[in-house]
Amino acid sequence: MAFDSFSAFLVMEGHGPYVWACYGVFFILLVTMMVWSVRRHKAVIEYCRRGYEFRAGRSGQQVVRGAPAAFTRVNVSQD
Amino acid sequence: MWQFFHKLGSPKWFFGIATRLMPWLLAGGILLLVAGIVWGLAFAPRDYLQGNSYRIIFIHVPTAFLAQSVYIMMAVAAVVTLVWRMKLADVFVKAVAPVGLVLTFLALFTGAVWGKPTWGTWWIWDARLTSMLILLFLYGGVIALDRAINDEKSAARAVAVLVLVGVVNIPIIKYSVEWWNTLHQPATFKLTEKPSMPADMWVPLLLSVLGLYLLFGWLACLRMQTEILLREQRTRWVKDYVTAGRG
Repeated sequence: MAFDSFSAFLVMEGHGPYVWACYGVFFILLVTMMVWSVRRHKAVIEYCRRGYEFRAGRSGQQVVRGAPAAFTRVNVSQD
Repeated sequence: MWQFFHKLGSPKWFFGIATRLMPWLLAGGILLLVAGIVWGLAFAPRDYLQGNSYRIIFIHVPTAFLAQSVYIMMAVAAVVTLVWRMKLADVFVKAVAPVGLVLTFLALFTGAVWGKPTWGTWWIWDARLTSMLILLFLYGGVIALDRAINDEKSAARAVAVLVLVGVVNIPIIKYSVEWWNTLHQPATFKLTEKPSMPADMWVPLLLSVLGLYLLFGWLACLRMQTEILLREQRTRWVKDYVTAGRG
């Protein structure tokens, strides 16, 4: 270890704030970018799945709607 | 050879390879980066001139190094897009441009914070710093241009041209420390020479550079997969993949 104590490691002879600010921002941005990319990947998979379900549902409805395509006679009195 | 080239252009083939590679890239990247940074922060000797502020080098050099090599990779992909119209090359450019932007910002930020205790100033308009700032704007321009054009093929071509025009900036960044008087120190690593620093300093630096490279590889694979899923969602294999419950 290049430092005598843990507090000396944190202070780094007065350069601590500069060094830790850099490492802090580096890790925050790196982790955010990784997590964001994973979440977007999952969101896109979910988006595709919904698209397939929507299209499957719509084509299914068409089949159902197509079947009873018959006129119903309604008797309305003309008097 | 042609068969390999043909395969490389197939999004489905790439998707499978990337899925197999990604766990290794992620594990190796985290391991090397953490090893390099812990070694550099706590165990490497202090610099006789700069004191402990030099420890910023263990993230500054990897981010700056990668920011430039990502751009060079994008330029190669841009040539492939323009000449062979390979879809994957355009997917690569689109997927990694935001990563390059973040890496360039990190290189500039860590450089500025390192500059304060070392040079006495956060920022100076010298050649190295200014050309890096231009690289940041180039990344921003690539992202903006890609989002501004709706048609996929036109966007791919326009972005490829912009990337190729911007590549002139890379040798300017590289040689700025030699061509002009600058506060920035010369390159830490040179392929042709032994490093001028002791092994206790350059080994952890090399570890963190390699670690960040692997993590970039993981990010690139993941983001390319996302883009491929979006573009190929009408194909049979994407439908099978998504509905198989792999999400």
